[in-house]
Amino acid sequence: MNPYIANTQNDVAEMLKTIGVKNIDGLFVDIRKDQRPRSFDLPAGKSEMEVVQHITRLAAKNAHDLTLFIGGGYYDHYIPAAVNALISRGEFYTAYTPYQPECAQGTLQALYEYQSSICTLTEMDVANASLYDGGTALYEAALMAIRVTGRHKILMDGGVSPIYRKILRSYTINLNIEFVETPVAHGQSDRAEINKLIDDKTAAVILQNPNFFGAIDDHSDIIATAHKFGALAIESVYPISLGILKTPGEMGADIVTGEGQSLGLPLNFGGPYLGFMATRKEFIRKMPGRIVGQTTDLNGRRCFVNTLQAREQHIRREKATSNICTNVSLCALQALIYMTLLGKEGLKELAQLNLDKAEFAKKNLEKIKGVHVKRSAPTFNEFTVYLPKDANAVVEAMVKKGFAAGFPLGRYYKGMENYLTIAVTEKRTQEEIVQFTKSLEEVLWN
Amino acid sequence: MELIFEKSVTGRRGVRAPQSDVPVKAEIPRQYRRAKDSKLPEVSELDAVRHFTTLSQRNFSVDTNFYPLGSCTMKYNPKFTESLARLPGFMDLHPLLPQLPHGEKLTQGALEVLYEMDQILCEITGMDAFTMQPLAGAHGELTGVMMMAAYHKSKGNKKKYIIIPDSAHGTNPASAAIAGYETISIPSNDQGGMDVDKLKEKLNDEVAGLMITCPSTLGIFNSEISEISEMVHAVDGIMYCDGANLNAVLGRCRPGDLGFDVMHINTHKTFTTTHGGGGPGAGPVGVTEKLLKFLPISRVMKRKSGAFYLDYNFADSIGYVASFYGNFALLLRAYAYILMLGKEGLIETSNHAVLNANYVMQRLKKYFLLRYDRICMHEAVFSAAWQAEKGVHATDIAKFLIDQGMHPPTVYFPLTVKESIMIEPTETESKQILDQFVDVMVQAAALAERHPETFKDLPKTTPITRPDEVKAARDLDTNYFLQRSIVAAGELNPLPSKI
Amino acid sequence: MEIVDHYLYTKEHEWVNFEDNIVTVGITDYAQSALGDITFIELPDADTEVEQFEEFVSVESVKAASDIYAPMSGRVVEVNHHLEAHPELLNKSCYTKGWIAKIEISEPEEKSNLMTAEEYGSFLETLEEKES
Repeated sequence: MNPYIANTQNDVAEMLKTIGVKNIDGLFVDIRKDQRPRSFDLPAGKSEMEVVQHITRLAAKNAHDLTLFIGGGYYDHYIPAAVNALISRGEFYTAYTPYQPECAQGTLQALYEYQSSICTLTEMDVANASLYDGGTALYEAALMAIRVTGRHKILMDGGVSPIYRKILRSYTINLNIEFVETPVAHGQSDRAEINKLIDDKTAAVILQNPNFFGAIDDHSDIIATAHKFGALAIESVYPISLGILKTPGEMGADIVTGEGQSLGLPLNFGGPYLGFMATRKEFIRKMPGRIVGQTTDLNGRRCFVNTLQAREQHIRREKATSNICTNVSLCALQALIYMTLLGKEGLKELAQLNLDKAEFAKKNLEKIKGVHVKRSAPTFNEFTVYLPKDANAVVEAMVKKGFAAGFPLGRYYKGMENYLTIAVTEKRTQEEIVQFTKSLEEVLWN
Repeated sequence: MELIFEKSVTGRRGVRAPQSDVPVKAEIPRQYRRAKDSKLPEVSELDAVRHFTTLSQRNFSVDTNFYPLGSCTMKYNPKFTESLARLPGFMDLHPLLPQLPHGEKLTQGALEVLYEMDQILCEITGMDAFTMQPLAGAHGELTGVMMMAAYHKSKGNKKKYIIIPDSAHGTNPASAAIAGYETISIPSNDQGGMDVDKLKEKLNDEVAGLMITCPSTLGIFNSEISEISEMVHAVDGIMYCDGANLNAVLGRCRPGDLGFDVMHINTHKTFTTTHGGGGPGAGPVGVTEKLLKFLPISRVMKRKSGAFYLDYNFADSIGYVASFYGNFALLLRAYAYILMLGKEGLIETSNHAVLNANYVMQRLKKYFLLRYDRICMHEAVFSAAWQAEKGVHATDIAKFLIDQGMHPPTVYFPLTVKESIMIEPTETESKQILDQFVDVMVQAAALAERHPETFKDLPKTTPITRPDEVKAARDLDTNYFLQRSIVAAGELNPLPSKI
Repeated sequence: MEIVDHYLYTKEHEWVNFEDNIVTVGITDYAQSALGDITFIELPDADTEVEQFEEFVSVESVKAASDIYAPMSGRVVEVNHHLEAHPELLNKSCYTKGWIAKIEISEPEEKSNLMTAEEYGSFLETLEEKES
């Protein structure tokens, strides 16, 4: 018997007697003979120790010890120990969706605090209790804009993560939605092109800040244009950068989404991550996902509940705002604890530190012959460089020197085979940056 | 209890920022800077630890309470899978590494986990291939329906409808609608199965497929499923299996053998990955040969050399459904759990899940109305209809259980049973715990008979009693910094353009 | 269940009060009681053209969402904006202060598709029988 089953043979015998069947097989009589498995050829069970040894060996086959100068929307930030200690409490991670608010106030209050934190970070009115990840959150935002406006055309800035753009396209292929992509001009959003393409059939303009090349923008003017045409502005943001960058709320954005991985979540080879979404108060009923609200109990005490559930699939079924059932509650909690530990000053300092280190890296890299750092727009902790050689070959050679040197843009942008985006977080020391520069020079010129 | 923002004291820090070790101070032009600081709280590390520890203590959880929440499978989560998920070799692995030139070499261990999971899940379910990408069950449903749509498009089929039984999870019709289909609902028959005659009436050439939970959301295995598959296939419809209840039938039957063409699995149910207070989940989707070429990209493949790689070259693929390769850290936990249990352990799991549910069903059926009095699978659906006559509803019984330190079963789902109480004990609970639970339920029934008025004030032992949900919805407050989030829709213009 | 004698009714539990070619529309006592405490209403814009038995308003309570159907075809000439801030009026005063909209009707003969108070009363009784 495996250690996760508690019934003894005696228990089983007594229970079968109570039920009135001879043996366990008697419980499966509804499955006809011809419906039994044609095969169920699986290995025998192992001990916990053996499984741990096997999986630890697999972990060792991964190059997790590379020094990361790669970002692309997913960043190597330091996670304070208290984050992991707190989310490891069984009371949090072995609970489920707070269907019974009286015995789930811990999760519910935490989600209310999380929503509030996302709101103050982005300077938006209301946030939901989280979505799967940054990419799917952006797709949900696009569908939300279509619901709000009743229109079916979406303008998408070329600086939006190419991964996100691919997701949007595959999800909407069966729906009546027209996607128009606009190019990037000097690193930033192309105003002229957007002005040309926007019209009164446009549901939304999708923007990203900083964009995939690392460039910072102030989208206030584009957003004002969108509003002039009755379209919404959707802004995808990098939360750590909001310690210092102009917020989407200030710019006038209508829907804000983003990847919350940088808020205390490990890289985890792609997930679980955290999709966040915030909007203006007048659109709250069109927003997908769970929402926690504050209220009082029958004795007048403050408490928290899932609210506006009539938008959701378990009530509205095919007319729901989204098919999503679960959120990523534990990841939202993780982000909340991280934001709490940092606090308003900590977040600002962390953002500044990222900025400083990236600038230091730029200054070093510019000294290498043939390397051009793109400086047409300001950047945060990620930037684009032109290399005198094919970026793929350079990155491959850099791996041998212990670095994940960045993301070669040629994979997603035709004609940019010599370009690389490089990310520098607070974890990169001066020594690592200097060594990185030296190695890159060797790879290029030796 | 105070909010973390109310505990904030200017000048406190929960973590010390590292000193800059670079001789550069960069500045961003004013136009691009935020004007006002955020209002994130300022607390010490201990303030934060105490706050969140206290919050955790205001939750019921599997680690602390019996949690027979039907349809959610709140089984024990083995601790070793948690520690494995935190191995730096996986936790610190950047998802873009395998997309670098020859980057597959950098992530062989992680790709092996995904590849092996694909193989194992195929053997468990009788499917021919899996994608690990969907990030939750509902996301899996959407992925499955998108493949269904791609299949019909490739064959030039004009299909409009997806048929769904009325007892289905709400995610089924919602997923179908988001993928662009209209839904047709089919009522249950008096045995809790699908009404096959009604199905026959509705089946025609415009039906894209059938989405059905197997075993059903009523905890019943419908033997007619093989024949239903044939009927749906006869109009070139796709059979979609909502695999939420796979945990009842491991080694007893496989969706692939029953005629299903596509299915999703909720790893938090069958393979005990953490529920996390409501996610994250993972929803791998399996298909048979018929839908294979439509699977999302990337797919994890194995070279002759034994090396693993990501393949993006599938012309008919529906494309990207997630940013990367799925919720890897959860898939890893599921993989470890399956390896440890092995073939016999998996079968045992279903055996005891079904045994426990039937035991509770037998012991309670004198006290609560059993809608379908027959052997059940992993969950038993009762109704509080007898108690409701006295004014005691399913929700009141739920609150009584909370005061006894037990998490209530699922109430009011499935929608097809009035006053439903859906009990799923799971295999990890012992007969002794089940006996205690039965005693408490019997007490509740007795109390409902004699003193129905006592239920109104319950629960009494929790930090709060019943919340005013009407107030929560009417006076929306979802953001501390904007106390009243919304006024009635008419007070604000929905669109800036209309001003 | 309260029923107002001189109103006409639909099977979806809307009431209609005729005043020449303008009808006032609301939901019945049965509907408000079945929905429970109503927390939100989404009203159509004035001038919206509606068809008989087509969805034109949606309401939400804590645990349900429901559509309200136009009982007659025509043009919406006035909506009760007061309900947006006070959805509880739909529960407290469904036949008077909780009126939802006024429609200028275009197809007067559709009136024959509606039930009288007496017919609606019998209809409710058949529903109750089905319930039990």
